[in-house]
Amino acid sequence: MSSKLSTVFAGISMKSPVMSASGTFGFGLEYSDFVPLQALGAVVVKGTTLAPRAGNTGHRIAETPSGMLNSVGLENPGVDEVIKHILPQLVPYETPVIVNISASTVEEYGLLANKLSRAPIAALEINISCPNVKQGGMVFGVEEESAAAVVASVKQNTDKPIITKLSPNVTDIASMARAVEQAGTDAISLINTLQGMVIDIHSWRPVLGNVMGGLSGPAVKPVAVRMVYQVAQAVSVPIIGMGGITTADDAVEFFLAGASAVAVGTANFANPRAILDITQGLEDYLSMKGLDHVSQLVGQVKL
Amino acid sequence: MAKYQEGALILSHEMIAPALRKLVLYAPQMATTATAGQFIHLAVGDDSHLLRRPLSIADADSSRKTLTIIYKIAGKGTKQLATRQKGESIDCMGPLGQAFTLQGEHPLLVGGGIGIAPLLLLAKSLCPRPSEVLMGGRSAEDMIWPALFESICEKLHVTTDDGTAGVKGVNVELLPDLLSKGKFDMIYTCGPKPMMAAVAQLAKEFHIPCQVSLEEYMACGIGACLSCTCAKTNGGRAKICTEGPVFWSTEVFD
Repeated sequence: MSSKLSTVFAGISMKSPVMSASGTFGFGLEYSDFVPLQALGAVVVKGTTLAPRAGNTGHRIAETPSGMLNSVGLENPGVDEVIKHILPQLVPYETPVIVNISASTVEEYGLLANKLSRAPIAALEINISCPNVKQGGMVFGVEEESAAAVVASVKQNTDKPIITKLSPNVTDIASMARAVEQAGTDAISLINTLQGMVIDIHSWRPVLGNVMGGLSGPAVKPVAVRMVYQVAQAVSVPIIGMGGITTADDAVEFFLAGASAVAVGTANFANPRAILDITQGLEDYLSMKGLDHVSQLVGQVKL
Repeated sequence: MAKYQEGALILSHEMIAPALRKLVLYAPQMATTATAGQFIHLAVGDDSHLLRRPLSIADADSSRKTLTIIYKIAGKGTKQLATRQKGESIDCMGPLGQAFTLQGEHPLLVGGGIGIAPLLLLAKSLCPRPSEVLMGGRSAEDMIWPALFESICEKLHVTTDDGTAGVKGVNVELLPDLLSKGKFDMIYTCGPKPMMAAVAQLAKEFHIPCQVSLEEYMACGIGACLSCTCAKTNGGRAKICTEGPVFWSTEVFD
């Protein structure tokens, strides 16, 4: 990887600013047959909770025009299993690992952060924006006070950098961003999925077992670029931009809007090598534009 | 088991019934390693349909390095796939998933609808065991299978809903009689879930081990997205893409 892409994001040294988005890349290991994990900027693993979760029943995904809905419901083996059996397997790849955490109370977020503070990971991403679980998840991400309380609780329990992942399902994304910045987050990632619904016109039933789900993929990209732009105007902490990034061109838009790093989600399903292709394409774009470093793009949209 | 992502050349793509297509792919790595019950995850080839489609392998020929897929045009993705032409390349991941376990001396294969497709490679792999195949479909129009099974199984039993081919009715109605007369020591089944549940129930009553092949909407196909997990009888959950699609019936049916 060239020095054009090497990035220090919230104190984390990365070979490139292109990482996986939580929930779309498993624990990374699942993709190791197709992608050299050491070539990724970082591996952001599946949302992890205190206790194991079975997730939602019924269909969990539905394809939509240029996108998809999911309602997995945070199925995961629980933080103890993740620390004991999964994270050690990622150590040999020498790629920063970021663990996405989700909980149903402020105290649980703190407890999760505490348990993970001694694990071989680079940072924590706080999920206050999952639309697919009844308790917790998005409820923390749509109210400024509770979002700030979660960030403060995590901050008290770890020395690792913390990234707060915002929900797009709010009326004012900029004030949410300011609230979590004031509470001490080291970085912000956005967007999580947009709430959506698909109905089967033959059975007249919702396609998803959980009725509603989270929309992702190219369909959400313009919304995501807009929100990254708005948040970049509002805060000074660095931003991981995501939402429908499928090509290097998409990634460039997010950098121009103000993101210092990007995450690739749904595109991994279409092409397991998506992150590699985007990383290579980004390097080609910088060469084409005669730029020395990816940071020269950040926030450079001309109005 | 190694998994590959390769651009597979379409050698032929033909209509074998109004809604059924037979796709033959030149896929050297996958064709030499694929076994019965596994699937490939195939990009249908346009930007609007992001997700790949998991399709079971109906034949794998390691000498010709080809994979054969027989699929039903069931929705927008398979409709798009059907437009792909001979000579084009198609992005495939595979072979994925757990295969059927080949064991027993007198196997019975029970297939319904497009679920009959993976039983083709299975029947071929079970040779020279004398396998019998019980298959059911809607009508003679889509019952294209008997000719394909003729040389690779001992005996065929056919039903159609409208009676235009074989016995009128659904295939599981013939099962109690077959099981009480035959000496089957393994049942393999693939088809609609209610059919497989009925087969699993009868297998239990007759004390015959049974393997089922499940399906579900999938995104990644490699165990990462957790879209396709199913409930197991022991209270846990299993990923259909990596722990299945083939399970012992007692793992997933009560």
